[in-house]
Amino acid sequence: MNLIIGAFTIGLILSLLSLGMLISFRMIRFTDITVDGSLTLGAAITAVLISSGWSPWLATTVAVAAGMLAGSVTGLLYTRFKIQEILSGILVMTALYSINLRIMGRSNIPLLDTKTVSAPAEQWLLSVNSGEASLFVAGWQVSVMDLSVLISSLIFCVLIGWLLLRFLLTHFGTVLRATGNNVQMVRAQGVNNNLMIVISLAISNGLVALSGAMLAQYQGFADVQMGIGMMVWGLASIIIGEALVGKTSLGVTIAGTVLGTILFRLLIAIALRWGLNPNDLKLVTAFFVFAALVAPQWFKSLHRKLSKSSNHA
Amino acid sequence: MLEIKGLSKTFFAGTVNEVRALSAVDLQIEEGSFTAIIGTNGSGKSTLLNAIAGSFLPDQGRISVANEDITSWSEFRRAVLIGRVFQNPFAGTAADMSIAENIVMAMRRGLKRPLTTALNRKVKEEMAERVRTLKMGLEDRLDNPMGTLSGGQRQALTLLMATWLKPKLLLLDEHTAALDPKSAAKVAELTRQIIADDNLTAMMVTHSMQQAVELPDRVVMMHKGNIVEDYRHEQKKRLRIPDLLETFDRIQKRELFDETVADLLKKQYI
Repeated sequence: MNLIIGAFTIGLILSLLSLGMLISFRMIRFTDITVDGSLTLGAAITAVLISSGWSPWLATTVAVAAGMLAGSVTGLLYTRFKIQEILSGILVMTALYSINLRIMGRSNIPLLDTKTVSAPAEQWLLSVNSGEASLFVAGWQVSVMDLSVLISSLIFCVLIGWLLLRFLLTHFGTVLRATGNNVQMVRAQGVNNNLMIVISLAISNGLVALSGAMLAQYQGFADVQMGIGMMVWGLASIIIGEALVGKTSLGVTIAGTVLGTILFRLLIAIALRWGLNPNDLKLVTAFFVFAALVAPQWFKSLHRKLSKSSNHA
Repeated sequence: MLEIKGLSKTFFAGTVNEVRALSAVDLQIEEGSFTAIIGTNGSGKSTLLNAIAGSFLPDQGRISVANEDITSWSEFRRAVLIGRVFQNPFAGTAADMSIAENIVMAMRRGLKRPLTTALNRKVKEEMAERVRTLKMGLEDRLDNPMGTLSGGQRQALTLLMATWLKPKLLLLDEHTAALDPKSAAKVAELTRQIIADDNLTAMMVTHSMQQAVELPDRVVMMHKGNIVEDYRHEQKKRLRIPDLLETFDRIQKRELFDETVADLLKKQYI
């Protein structure tokens, strides 16, 4: 049960990352590797600020703002200085590694017995549960703390998902989506396409930093290495989500991304439980994304071959 | 309405591939007129249109539309004044988005994009009414992705979108060239109709002599980055396809003659 709750909680937290990447990857079609750095940035800022006595809400807000700044820098490198998109992301990600170390002052900051954004949920659960530190859910003993983080993440996730949907359906959101689809058309409609890319990357990395901030509060530490490979994880989650529910509408896509992230986390938790070496995790993930990207083409050519041979017969 | 003075553009200047695309072009277009630009490949007609639209900045000269000097304006800023339809029927619309989403973007061409919900039933009804004038049955398919439509349907919608907010100047860049003959005729007819109904000022680059004779009220012929003929008023009314072909022939012969003479002179003196 703890395994499942843990997987769900991390899944919900990381779905903020996936939603952020949905904007860069799927909406404006920008392969943004800044993500690996801005996730750590969000975690680092939150950890430092909370441990020096700031309110967790304020710390999280500052983290999001910093993530947005990092995203805009990538956007400006790409639009203003005409650096290739991957390289723009790599430059900012590399710079962020040093910046994150500077912010934290060391490579790891523990967050023990500090207040987090799930404190309100914890208090509410404690009052409902008459002060007991654990309660039973469907016959399983669960600690109030774990459950409160799960509830808070769920609320965050639903709220952000809903806001994102409303945003993408506005006039502004509509041209944002079109920017990735047809730049020529967007310019002919009077939209500054470069500005749209910068804004999109800012929003995207703001969400990623929020994810990092929540992750640090849940795990109880921030580590300078925690962002490595996160972009590929987010991508895997988006792909799983699309395979699960399709891309029929925006709401479905957003819900699918959240579900995809949770399912991906569950699969990982199960694989680890079955004895997968944690060191192999990123290799397996990379292979999975490769397979998911190649499979559609492969199936298509297989289908063509099959229909060809049946025509001959 | 449109005033072009001494417009010049050289691509790849200083290299072996140097192309003098526009050399000191002067052109004035009155409000409410419909001008066709014709010319051989590489005559500079599309370059002229792209210079007006702002795809690149000219080396020299000035462009003003509706008394605004737009010479240094960026491409997207000019959209306030200019509506465009491209040669590629897929260039003017976003394929993965619905017809309604495409149109709603055109409904605010060049204007601010607020954070309010773009589509609702009222907006869609307003859309359907105007899309119905295309007589293509698209008003019932507003939620379908643009990518599911044919080239002709997409070009008709692009035309409608470019003129949804009345532009000061409508630029049509060989907008029927990539369509099958039937769709091309349909889009040409729509073009004539929309321009007449809304009393628009329009410029159309075309390869079709028939369109050049039938649709506009002025025909400008370009050659090697210069305007070489300008048929208007009575002269345009008398203009027929054979006249245009003859002019093309004459220009090409003159050029051929020039080059042969140059070669002869070279042989004799060098």
